[in-house]
Amino acid sequence: MIPLSHVLLLSGILFSLAVAGIFINRKNVLLLLMCIELMLLSVNFNFIAFSHYLGDLAGQVFVFFILTVAAAESAIGLAILVVLFRERRSINVEDLDAMRG
Amino acid sequence: MLVNVLFYVFGAILVLTAIGVITARNPVHCALFLVAAFLNSAVIWLLLDAEFLALTLVVVYVGAVMVLWLFVVMMLDIDVAKLRQGFTRYAPLGALIALIVVVQIGLVVYVRNLGLTDTAAAAVNHPEGYSNTQELGHLLYTQYLYPFEIAAVILLVAIVAAITLTMRDRPGQKVQDIGKQVAVRAKDRLRIVKMDAETRQ
Repeated sequence: MIPLSHVLLLSGILFSLAVAGIFINRKNVLLLLMCIELMLLSVNFNFIAFSHYLGDLAGQVFVFFILTVAAAESAIGLAILVVLFRERRSINVEDLDAMRG
Repeated sequence: MLVNVLFYVFGAILVLTAIGVITARNPVHCALFLVAAFLNSAVIWLLLDAEFLALTLVVVYVGAVMVLWLFVVMMLDIDVAKLRQGFTRYAPLGALIALIVVVQIGLVVYVRNLGLTDTAAAAVNHPEGYSNTQELGHLLYTQYLYPFEIAAVILLVAIVAAITLTMRDRPGQKVQDIGKQVAVRAKDRLRIVKMDAETRQ
């Protein structure tokens, strides 16, 4: 049997790696989106771990919906990224200052 | 015990692939590391009795979403060197924040788990012939039917949004004009010619 706390810690490590990724890749929009995917994955870990240890399938239903929304999010995010690259020839966050006051 | 060993092995590989995602130089390698992370998570989800979701993760995420990612990464002509400027400058800050987050989460998990070290004993042992997919489907189509349909609508909205965002008008593009097609009458397209029957040679 896997202890619950170890699954939660693994999920926490994954989440913090994603946070660190957002900090160190702060210029590349593509990698920022990838780090968000990683965060969603680590949150799903929590849901599945608790669903397993409480014997309640509602957690897995939630993961199902999170996967749906994450797929929709990455599709729209990538579409925006493609349009952005077509307009600006760059995906550098620092070049995206058109709305700076 | 084998379950435990598998969990730690795949957990370690998962952490390594996550480190790969955030440190790889080439965005294509990042996407491939992310695929590896998803595959390892699917194995861990299998160990946690979430068979349907594990397979969904492989089929939907690795099979569809990550292929979309790879397409976009390879389509965009990115100047990687410029994007990586400041990588080492912000690496200590990122590592520090990651460490703080890990310690915080670890403290919460540890404190909440104090004296409850046998939480794992609460895990349900399913009877023979139990099907995770069937149970999940039962829940989805009864209790969670409306959220399920809302999820379907969200996916539809995402499709429409992604297509309208990326569709563009090029000069000389061949498109249908539905109005013109509907307004067409038979006499615009068809000419009936009256002529005498040909005689046999």
